[in-house]
Amino acid sequence: MNRQAQAAVLFLLGAALLHAGLTDLYLRYVKAGLRPMLLASGVVLIAAAVATVWYEWRAGKQQPQGKGHAHPEPRVSWLLVLPLLALILVAPPALGSYSALRTGTALQQPYGYAALPADGPLRLNLVDYAGRAAYGHGRSLGDRQVKVAGFVALDRTGTPYLVRMALNCCAADAQPVKVGLTGRIPPVLQPDTWLEVTGTYTAKRTKDPVNGGPIPFIEVTGAVPVEAPKDPYDETWNN
Amino acid sequence: MAITRTVPQRTGEDARPPVHGEEGEAREAREETEERWRLSSPLALTLLLVVMVLAQGPIRGALAAPVMQSWTTVFVAVMVQALPFLVLGVLLSAAIAVFVPASFFARALPKRPALAVPVAGAAGVVLPGCECASVPVAGALVRRGVTPAAALTFLLSAPAINPIVLTATAVAFPNDPEMVLARLVASLLVACAMGWLWLRLGRTDWLRPPARETYDGQGRGAAFWGSVRHDVMHAGGFLVIGAMAAATLKAVVPEEWLQAAADHPVVSVLALAILAVLLSICSEADAFVAASLTQFSLTAKLAFLVVGPMIDLKLFAMQAGTFGRGFALRFAPTTFVLAIAVSVLTGAVLL
Repeated sequence: MNRQAQAAVLFLLGAALLHAGLTDLYLRYVKAGLRPMLLASGVVLIAAAVATVWYEWRAGKQQPQGKGHAHPEPRVSWLLVLPLLALILVAPPALGSYSALRTGTALQQPYGYAALPADGPLRLNLVDYAGRAAYGHGRSLGDRQVKVAGFVALDRTGTPYLVRMALNCCAADAQPVKVGLTGRIPPVLQPDTWLEVTGTYTAKRTKDPVNGGPIPFIEVTGAVPVEAPKDPYDETWNN
Repeated sequence: MAITRTVPQRTGEDARPPVHGEEGEAREAREETEERWRLSSPLALTLLLVVMVLAQGPIRGALAAPVMQSWTTVFVAVMVQALPFLVLGVLLSAAIAVFVPASFFARALPKRPALAVPVAGAAGVVLPGCECASVPVAGALVRRGVTPAAALTFLLSAPAINPIVLTATAVAFPNDPEMVLARLVASLLVACAMGWLWLRLGRTDWLRPPARETYDGQGRGAAFWGSVRHDVMHAGGFLVIGAMAAATLKAVVPEEWLQAAADHPVVSVLALAILAVLLSICSEADAFVAASLTQFSLTAKLAFLVVGPMIDLKLFAMQAGTFGRGFALRFAPTTFVLAIAVSVLTGAVLL
């Protein structure tokens, strides 16, 4: 790859990072906190591309036959085209039910339970509900109606789960938190569709077959399809 | 078109043994093919991009299966996460190469290499980032005349003991604060032990960084950006290999296999050490993954946290690219074995 082609790859790589960082695309792959670094590195890559072209042009003016001292970069540089294409052409979706069922639940005992509003509809983060249900035995919930959102995953036996993927750095370390659905489950469930489930705490629970972690359940009274959230991953651990 | 052959430029710092005989001929032949190859690389790149854009329908179709989708997502995620840190490391490395005089390191580090090793290990605290940043920086240190033993110690310790990583470890293990201390102690021990081992057994001719142009006679700006461009293209290419390997393992190997290993004390340590190599997770996030492996002992988790930042697929590919394959093939297995041994010892004392 010569300098001009390298400059092109650097520019495209920088532009792809800027594009991902300026839209919500990057949230499918990394944590929200990485955005400033993502944008800064995009700018640096574009600057490197511009500098390469500029110094090539100057060197070319000084010694027009100056091809002799150019060092070829190794072929491995060509591989940088792959992430470029994957990010720009394919833009794969955030991890969904396939990864969720292959990975054990990452539910951990919460430090404590924040006080809940005394009345009105109770909208809980799925990880929050799972922690209260599995480790707090639902004491902070009583028999109040709660609303919980997540995407659907069906295991081999057909048991439906509502899942959020929790993430610390990038999707390579994303781990699911699962809540089993019981009660009045909608008759047709499509994996990976986002639902907001209304229901109450139930003492029913099971063990995740993958890692033996606890999976609490929710007694469903109703469910409506909802839009996937802007940040598909749960990042409460990052705060 | 006349082909002018590249004359390898040598400087005192990275002089390479002269090439003789068959190897020399092979190298010349390779350089000639590369010469012809690189004449058309902008054209090749354009054609490749056009073909990919035209074929995006079939490509998307092929990637629609859940396995492939999850593979692509993890691959892109590793790249998007690692590139900013790589760029940070590359900028630092270029700054070391261009703006920091070689005499600075001679003054900053103790004269005796055996003492320079622990100083370099402790200096790892100041590079806040994950392992992708430390490889180009260590490469620049070696080229700048720092004794390889000290540079390698820095390479191993920086991603494991910086404050961000230790804080993340404390957050991930709220009930076992001794884990943070164990991680710090074990990582520093391994890094220094590898440095001292290199002093005793290491040979400079194992370090074969690929030929790179010298920046003598260029302005500082040209040298700085030349170094940035070279390192991004080079280390970035190897990063892609590592990311593909990590994505394959994450998408294909089922986690249930770990279950079988968890019950046996020896096997469990080995299993998590191997998992750390295969998963290639950023060192700022690995503590959370370790914490979720609930069925494993704390010592096994410690092995996961000590091995991961020092050697994994992504790092191996990048080390091979920066220091040469012969080096990586010797350095990586030794680091792996030593990291496990020290983790087990530290675990027995502290956990």
